[in-house]
Amino acid sequence: MRALTASRAGILACHICGQIHQAGTEAHRLSCMRCGASLHFRKPDSLSRTWALLIAAYVLIVPANVLPVMKSGSLFGTENDTILSGVIYLWTSGSPPLAVILFMASIVIPVAKLLSLTYLLVSVHRRSRWAPRERTKLYRVLEFVGRWSMIDVYVAAMLTALVQFGSLMTINVGTGAIAFGAVVVLTMFAAESFDPRLIWDSVDSKDLRETENF
Amino acid sequence: MPSANIIVCHECDLVLRETALEEGGVACCSRCGHELYRNQPKGLERSLSCALAAVVFFILANAFPIVSMEAHGLSNSATLLGTVSLLDKGEMSSVALLLFVTAFLMPALQIIALIYLLLPLYLGKVAVGTPAVFRLLYSVKPWGMVEVFMLGILITVSKLMHMASVVPGVALWSFGLLMVLIAAASSGFDKHVFWARVEALQ
Repeated sequence: MRALTASRAGILACHICGQIHQAGTEAHRLSCMRCGASLHFRKPDSLSRTWALLIAAYVLIVPANVLPVMKSGSLFGTENDTILSGVIYLWTSGSPPLAVILFMASIVIPVAKLLSLTYLLVSVHRRSRWAPRERTKLYRVLEFVGRWSMIDVYVAAMLTALVQFGSLMTINVGTGAIAFGAVVVLTMFAAESFDPRLIWDSVDSKDLRETENF
Repeated sequence: MPSANIIVCHECDLVLRETALEEGGVACCSRCGHELYRNQPKGLERSLSCALAAVVFFILANAFPIVSMEAHGLSNSATLLGTVSLLDKGEMSSVALLLFVTAFLMPALQIIALIYLLLPLYLGKVAVGTPAVFRLLYSVKPWGMVEVFMLGILITVSKLMHMASVVPGVALWSFGLLMVLIAAASSGFDKHVFWARVEALQ
């Protein structure tokens, strides 16, 4: 069965406010007549933009995990903490629930987000028809959980602000935090530039071919 | 012809007809399951009141220290903006910028935009520049991360708990309430209802 999509019906809906425009008559203005946002059938250059941001995030996730996010110095020398060692510290110091939250937010979510976005992009390139509803749901979850990765940056920043006791004990943000923050921001932009309607376009085009054959 | 009761799913591009919902009902796309719109009685009014209350807690959250700690006879406390300037001086300006934008600037813009759009509407007027502020609201929304910051503070406190005595400040509770108020304000703001109200007034 062919689904009636807006692009097939020649209807443009504003991405921001949802106002309906008829392509050809009202769309030549290229901006929404109600809220002024620019109009397009699909997000412009969605795939190449998402790939570019995603590849940049893949590159930066390495220093984000290898470089220290936190440097603590005291009379007994300095200590560098990476994301993983911060999680381990929380686990061993008696707050396993928080360690699990931090582990999910700073390691599982960023990696899962990169892999799932890659999968979504590849599936769109391959014009996959498999489980479009589930893939759309995956995209929705990605958009929602990405922000929680920021926790580690906040923890490093707050510890830096609080633990400033001169030579006794100081904590400073490490360079890893910059890379980690960049990964979070880049993946958020990548998820934003991906257009979930591309998933459905392959489903629709296959439907179209089938109806033409019979 | 484009008519008022036709809507398009934002995620899968399906054309749907808008139907009336019972109170508290949610309309989802029949193909991909994306939430389309809700019927929230007094949603905009609730959104406005939460945004106004959020102003108070936003000021409190930034005027007082979030946590103070004492160790080795020394004490230290941290505010959000103090942390930003400290990081900026310590050659971590990109982290400072990230903290400032996500925990201060974007939530502030979100609250101001909501009040700017909804307060005149409540008084029966349409604010000047409503389209631009509406677009601002939607571009700002994903970057306000007060709830994530709140969890970050809690983890910081628990990390410091066994090496020093940590005293939660007024701002900690304010951030907690701010988080709830911002969430309530943005969930009450339904763009369909909003534009219907604006168009009725114009």
